[in-house]
Amino acid sequence: MKTFKIGGVHPQANKLSAGQRIQQVALPTQAVILLDQHLGAPATPIVAIGDSVKVGQLIAAPTGFMSANVHSSVSGTVTKIDTVTDAWGRHSPAITIDVEADHWLESIDRTPEINRICRLSKEEIIKKIQNAGIVGLGGACFPTHIKLMPPPGKIAEVLIVNAVECEPYLTCDHQLMMEHGEEIFIGISILMKALAVQKTLIGIENNKKDVIDYFQRLANRHFGIEVVPLKMCYPQGGEKQLIDALIGRQVPSGALPIEVGAVVQNVATTFAVYEAVQKNKPLIERVMTVTGKEVKNPGNFLIRFGTPLMAAVEMAGGIPENTGKIIGGGPMMGRAYMNTDVPASKRTSGLLFMPEQDSLREEPQNCIRCGKCISACPMGLEPYLLTNLSERGLYNDLEKNGIMDCIECGCCLFSCPSHRPLLDYVRQGKATVGGIIRARNAKK
Amino acid sequence: MNIIVLSLIVLGIIGCSAAVILFLVARKFNVQEDPRIDLVEQALPGANCGGCGFSGCRNFAEACVKADVLDNLRCPVGGTPTMSEVGNILGLTTEISEPMIAVVRCSGSCEKRPHVNTYNGAKNCAIANSLYSGETGCSFGCLGFGDCVTVCQFDAIHINMETGLPEVDDDKCTACGACVKACPKSIIELRKKGPKNRRIFVGCVNKDKGGIARKACTVACIGCGKCVKECSFDAITIENNLAYIDFTKCRLCRKCVAVCPTGAIHETNFPPRKEDVQVSVPEAETVKIEDLSK
Repeated sequence: MKTFKIGGVHPQANKLSAGQRIQQVALPTQAVILLDQHLGAPATPIVAIGDSVKVGQLIAAPTGFMSANVHSSVSGTVTKIDTVTDAWGRHSPAITIDVEADHWLESIDRTPEINRICRLSKEEIIKKIQNAGIVGLGGACFPTHIKLMPPPGKIAEVLIVNAVECEPYLTCDHQLMMEHGEEIFIGISILMKALAVQKTLIGIENNKKDVIDYFQRLANRHFGIEVVPLKMCYPQGGEKQLIDALIGRQVPSGALPIEVGAVVQNVATTFAVYEAVQKNKPLIERVMTVTGKEVKNPGNFLIRFGTPLMAAVEMAGGIPENTGKIIGGGPMMGRAYMNTDVPASKRTSGLLFMPEQDSLREEPQNCIRCGKCISACPMGLEPYLLTNLSERGLYNDLEKNGIMDCIECGCCLFSCPSHRPLLDYVRQGKATVGGIIRARNAKK
Repeated sequence: MNIIVLSLIVLGIIGCSAAVILFLVARKFNVQEDPRIDLVEQALPGANCGGCGFSGCRNFAEACVKADVLDNLRCPVGGTPTMSEVGNILGLTTEISEPMIAVVRCSGSCEKRPHVNTYNGAKNCAIANSLYSGETGCSFGCLGFGDCVTVCQFDAIHINMETGLPEVDDDKCTACGACVKACPKSIIELRKKGPKNRRIFVGCVNKDKGGIARKACTVACIGCGKCVKECSFDAITIENNLAYIDFTKCRLCRKCVAVCPTGAIHETNFPPRKEDVQVSVPEAETVKIEDLSK
């Protein structure tokens, strides 16, 4: 079975909510739609206070090239355009809408029939995806339409669909694939047309046998799409790791996957593409997982953006009593929340409640030079060295030692027997070096 | 015997030719350096702290010698005496500027700014700041992990374990500005040292609306504007719900300190107030937070 070549760790999968059917979260009375739901600049509001909006209506336009559209996920009246406190205690621009009924734009096709035929041209598909505000739903929220327009001179050879879901606990993609397999395959065909590629590989980790069987049956009916079961190993779902595992090519340092002829899309994104292109429905909701060892009913929830996350948590049985840490996303790459009074957004892939005893970090000890972090690093870096350099502020040396290649997967921290805060320092060093490089490039 | 003589001769020849080569090379690659650079360097404190913006005292000395005017060049550590000495060496005039000092503009000690969560990661302000807003309800305040202490080369700033806040040692601080750059929350500011080290400043950088700021910290600036009305010298401005005292205009009259309802304005090294001048300081509790949040 295929996998990537270097590094990787094996955290417990803990897929507690696997097989739980997707439940729809009820509409809130007030929706807070964040404008910063994607990589790049926050969108600019195009509605005013007092305007009435419908579901699917564009309420904020992109600011610059690296940005995305934001649509209203509810119908009602705009009451506030202001900042709200986000999950990390910072101020984030948002549009608040008082919900009245559930009126959708007429152009959106809400029938359950699966629309299989797409006669649009390449450009029309990309335009539709851009208008629908679709971003990568795997976590980074990179605007999808930018990925579909390779820079001149670069040709996409293969589309890779990331259905790995290697993060422990999360099951939202797994359940989406089980319930909307056909739509996902249509979405993939649309993306293949947009990229003009003949071949698609769907990488799925081997712990999702039901999806692999189902998808292999579907793949027989679709030309050029192949399902590849992958060995369970974190971070199998990392873009560069997945390309290595599936087509055996290594993305050079500092380059994008298009350099080796690959375009990677998350499986939830392909479903969003289907809905946008075939049903005219912009990205206004997503599936998220609410889970944790002490959570009463861990499950997968379809939630409209702007709905308070607590609504989904209530459906899962509320916050468990001895919760020590609440993490947005999975335990490996997610970030702890300090504030749960936040709305769902395109970024929200899951909410994990860690019991007190599991959540505390152990006291860091001295490095014993065991080298476990080096063997665990999937990018072939030396995390102990990067940590030391970052701690001392030696940014030139950090750059020479490839800190910009770090994918922040957390394998080093996970494998360290001395519980050293490796990732913390590496991430800090990477941010600083990134700033220095940007400043240098701007000068040129 | 022959061997000794021979080796003496051979060594002598090698030695002589090496000396000639070295002499010629030294002549050929001789770098003419302005002798004033050495003089200026000697006049500088020699801490190589980088506060002037150059990578060390010698680089700064070179820049001074090359410059026609010394207006934009300044050694913050040495201050006016050092700069006037440099000016004498170079025959240039220097601006006379007041000595500066680093001032920590956060007063949210543990009791005044209660913790609402616990940070469990690396004990470093920059890292904590990149992850979230901090352990307290105030997203602008001091994180208390001491990045400023680590960068200080003069041992002039320390975390007070009781308050959890950094404190600047008036005598040791040279105003090099290293802590100002290191603080990810931009709490530390270089301000005029003041006569007899007397200073008045707003010990808060919270830009939230009054109600929110006050809920997070009892000594936060709530932007009420009382100090602005009280100030006779137009030294105080309010921007984004936060008062700022311009130290170039402030005459140290202390009226603003007395009227501040939350105690956010600090006075340092002043003698105790005389009975007759004392203005009654309203109790912090009497402020209606609800009114201010509107």
